[in-house]
Amino acid sequence: MIHPVLPMLLVGILFGVGLYGVLARRNAVLVLIGVELMLAAAGLLFVTVGSLTADPLRAGQSMTVFIITIAAAEIAVALAVILAVFRARGNIDVSQRGSDD
Amino acid sequence: MTTYDVLFTLAGAISTGAAVLAVSTKHLVHSALWLVVALASLSGCYLVLGAEFVALVQLLVYVGAIVVLVLFALMLTRAPIGRSRDHDTPLPQRAAALVVGAATAALLSAVLISAFGNDAITVRGGSTHVLASQIFGTWVWPFELLSALLLIALVAALALSRMPIGRRDDSEADAR
Repeated sequence: MIHPVLPMLLVGILFGVGLYGVLARRNAVLVLIGVELMLAAAGLLFVTVGSLTADPLRAGQSMTVFIITIAAAEIAVALAVILAVFRARGNIDVSQRGSDD
Repeated sequence: MTTYDVLFTLAGAISTGAAVLAVSTKHLVHSALWLVVALASLSGCYLVLGAEFVALVQLLVYVGAIVVLVLFALMLTRAPIGRSRDHDTPLPQRAAALVVGAATAALLSAVLISAFGNDAITVRGGSTHVLASQIFGTWVWPFELLSALLLIALVAALALSRMPIGRRDDSEADAR
């Protein structure tokens, strides 16, 4: 027996913290860390709802496994993009304006 | 308070604290390491909710692979070791980000809590055997699609990292 308030509260807090990380950081890798926290909150919501309701297809847990896989693919491509930007610009500051040409 | 409540509160408190530190610490590398703590304790939350396979996948993929990739990226982009303030936005923007993040957290928690109420519910995580037969039965096509996605991501990352990019001033210097 578990009170659903606790997981739901954790989902909200993790998503809010991740959003703060995305908005308050200038280093692109740290922005990605915020995105990871938001994805983790989404996965926790899937698992929670899957465990607390009747879920004969195990959709909640399957979706969380899929989300984790998608997050792995996303972070590999995103880090490759970040490294390419670093090679082109010399920094990965997302608040700095690129040159026009 | 049931045993599940106590265990979930413990893991969730660690996860929350580590997540807050990950987005607010002044050390770049510590940020990735606090992410490890946050995601590892989140897998503890999954265990409490009865999803042991998801917990193990979370540990293997997130803590084992993703954070290592993030650490590699931090070092390849010459992240400064030690305290630095270069990677934070100015104070007004951080205050606005705090307001937005807190408002989103409050809205999301309020909606979810009001949707599920506060009656204690039995946790029905189910066994890994059932999950496996569902993934390879009901969800087999999304699963196969995911393997294609992983392959595409691998090729894309490889192609991106081999793209002939130099610093703009370097290429101009070469052209002269």
